[in-house]
Amino acid sequence: MKKDKTQKLRSLFVGIGLIAAAGLILAGCPSQQGMMDTREAAQKVYVAPGEHDEYYGFFSGGYSGQLSVWGLPSGRFLKVIPVFSQDPETGYGYSEETKPLLQTSYGFIPWDDSHHPHISQTNGDADGRWIYINANNTPRIARIDLQTFETKEILELPNTGGNHASSFVTSNSEYVIGATRFSIPYEMDLDVPIDSYSEEFRGALSFIELDPETGMMNMGFQIIVPPYNYDLGRAGKGVSEDWVFFTTYNTEEAHTMLEVNASRNDKDYIAAVNWRRAAELVSNGHGETMSAEYYHNYYEGNQGFAINDVKDQVTVLTPEDGQEFIYFLPTPKSPHGVDIDPTGEYIAAGGKLATVIPVHSFSRMIEAIENRDFEGNVENIPILSYDATIAGEVENPGLGPLHTEFDGRGYAYTSVYISSEIVKWSLETFEVVDRIDAYYSIGHLMITGGDTKNPDARYLVGLTKTAKDRYLPTGPKQNHPAQLYDISGDRMELLLDFPTIGEPHYAQAIRADKITQNVKQIYEMEENDHPHALLRIADNRVERDGDVVRIYMGSTRSHFRPDNIEGIRVGDTVYIHLTNLEQEWDVVHGIAVKGAQNSEILVAPGQTKTLKWEPTRTGIYPFYCTAFCSALHQEMQGYIRVSAADSDVSLVWRTGTN
Amino acid sequence: MTSIKNLLTTFIFLVLAFSFTACGGEERADRTSQPDTQEEGLTEFELEHGIGPITEKITLDDELDPEKIEKGRNIYEMKCEMCHNMQGRMVGPPLAGVTETRTPEFIMNFILNPRENIDRHPVGQALLREYLTQMPYQNVSEEDARALVEFMRDYDANL
Repeated sequence: MKKDKTQKLRSLFVGIGLIAAAGLILAGCPSQQGMMDTREAAQKVYVAPGEHDEYYGFFSGGYSGQLSVWGLPSGRFLKVIPVFSQDPETGYGYSEETKPLLQTSYGFIPWDDSHHPHISQTNGDADGRWIYINANNTPRIARIDLQTFETKEILELPNTGGNHASSFVTSNSEYVIGATRFSIPYEMDLDVPIDSYSEEFRGALSFIELDPETGMMNMGFQIIVPPYNYDLGRAGKGVSEDWVFFTTYNTEEAHTMLEVNASRNDKDYIAAVNWRRAAELVSNGHGETMSAEYYHNYYEGNQGFAINDVKDQVTVLTPEDGQEFIYFLPTPKSPHGVDIDPTGEYIAAGGKLATVIPVHSFSRMIEAIENRDFEGNVENIPILSYDATIAGEVENPGLGPLHTEFDGRGYAYTSVYISSEIVKWSLETFEVVDRIDAYYSIGHLMITGGDTKNPDARYLVGLTKTAKDRYLPTGPKQNHPAQLYDISGDRMELLLDFPTIGEPHYAQAIRADKITQNVKQIYEMEENDHPHALLRIADNRVERDGDVVRIYMGSTRSHFRPDNIEGIRVGDTVYIHLTNLEQEWDVVHGIAVKGAQNSEILVAPGQTKTLKWEPTRTGIYPFYCTAFCSALHQEMQGYIRVSAADSDVSLVWRTGTN
Repeated sequence: MTSIKNLLTTFIFLVLAFSFTACGGEERADRTSQPDTQEEGLTEFELEHGIGPITEKITLDDELDPEKIEKGRNIYEMKCEMCHNMQGRMVGPPLAGVTETRTPEFIMNFILNPRENIDRHPVGQALLREYLTQMPYQNVSEEDARALVEFMRDYDANL
């Protein structure tokens, strides 16, 4: 009897054990909140007043079009750098100096969708000189100078629809890459039926050369590829530093209802491009020049108006048999991210619809190429065999793996969208070793110092798509969260959760000292080369040339010179060139004019900025300093008199004489 | 009787006064009390020549250097004139005659280190009370400050 009971009990335990084991096998280890003791967590992210964070975090602004800057680990918001969208807070895209930055072959575009910031690199490490970011909608790449945290240059990409696989730089910032997400007809403005997709549409992979001294971009060449969707990209590192990798989906070549039609194939491809070889082919004359209109906008000197350098040609390289510079690696299933480990050996793909994380081996890929282990080819691009390149498949990664970063200690961290978690897996065993919840629906993730040869992997930031109940409710739309995890130990631990701006896609974080040592505190007056700068306050004046009036104005605490102006007429176009003659860090003056159909303009110390104003009514127009600058800031004001178009009020200006 | 009462009142007063000030700590006492000058912390040299990187007397030639004068004038026009007239009050005091009332070291230290001179030097404190605007550092090098002295010496010589 006793024996029976024990046996019953035993079988019960075995049964429960089996069910638990089956559950584990089916679902993997369940994710957990993994929140450490709140006091300990608070201590880890606490940065005392007046102290500085250890890392700068640069988060893409997504549909805000901008780039936001954060201190990590505190999650302190530092600033928004306007990039692809007008910003009335600073006057970016409103001042005459910055408007040309937003010009494109489609005209002035006041908005875009920014996705993937990437810091310039030297020897495979982020060097903190510039940060590049892509515009997805009207395809462009911008360069932000990290001495001044200002957008200095924007390059439009021709032959591209949706520049999403961008703006990743190679190990020594030789190139920054871009690509077509939505294939389009290759020739400019080609008007064809949409169902001619397979015949007329093509993809373009863009290789933009970077100047090693200035970081300036130059459209190097584009590779013409089959009409798939080129989704994300990354440059190789170390052994693979001559290569870049792009994921593709829609190898089905669907042009409608992609949700269904582009999800049929079991495998799509990762395109592996030997950029060094491609560049050699181009320089040896294998490229072809085709006409294309695209804008390159930049500053010629330290200051002044950005210029529009309109290009009319681009060099394209169409793969030919035997050129050996581009290969397709079959990869399940509509892969999204493609991420390279710090050694450059492993190429991890995030198959949105895949049940595993496939990890290709770079050395096996090279071996397969040498052995001609091809399954076929598309448009002269050899397709390698999956079995020949795969190094491992991570089982039970959760549902919808997207992006992976690496800690340099042998582990990878993959964001998993549908099951909303981060999984940590071993690069040795390809097994999941830890998993943690993300709130909610995680997109990209990033590791401090990540996507370099030497990540200093203290923290991981997960960027999620919905906040729902995480913060105080702010109406039907909540801002997107960022969650900070401690990854210094064996288990990931959640430390902090904070809302961001726009929709951060990718982000990067860099040790603060790599940037702080170069940050400028002022624009030096001696180096102000703006054509309308006021270099001597005695030169303040107003000049009329027909209907164009230029006011050369200076500001210092707490007045403008001149501050009384008469003789402006209705119908004039007035340019107020305001020079801030201060040379003290963070002493900013702004200017706003009543009724001006424009924003205010903020002017940093030593800078000259221009407000354009077209008065439409007669009267007295007050103007004032918009930035609280001093004890007498409220006194910092002036008047402009606007007379009728045919008036003969003479042009006068003065300051300080009542 | 009255004297005892007085003594008692004085005592209570003293205790009260002590309890109010003693617990504030040194920092609070510093913030609330604003003595006319805080001369104690300054050296003899600083009192006469200002606080800053110029810590020794500099030697001036009697003969003025035209190159320095010109350089000084340019710097004055770019970085100083916005607030200082040579003659007549503006945001700050007029500069005419300054080389006669202040030493060259004082002028240089004030240009190179305005904040500390305004905070701690009796002359700076008096100027702030009169003009109510803190003079900013205008990113002027030591060499530039020396040129400004030459420009002001030349101006004063021709008054």
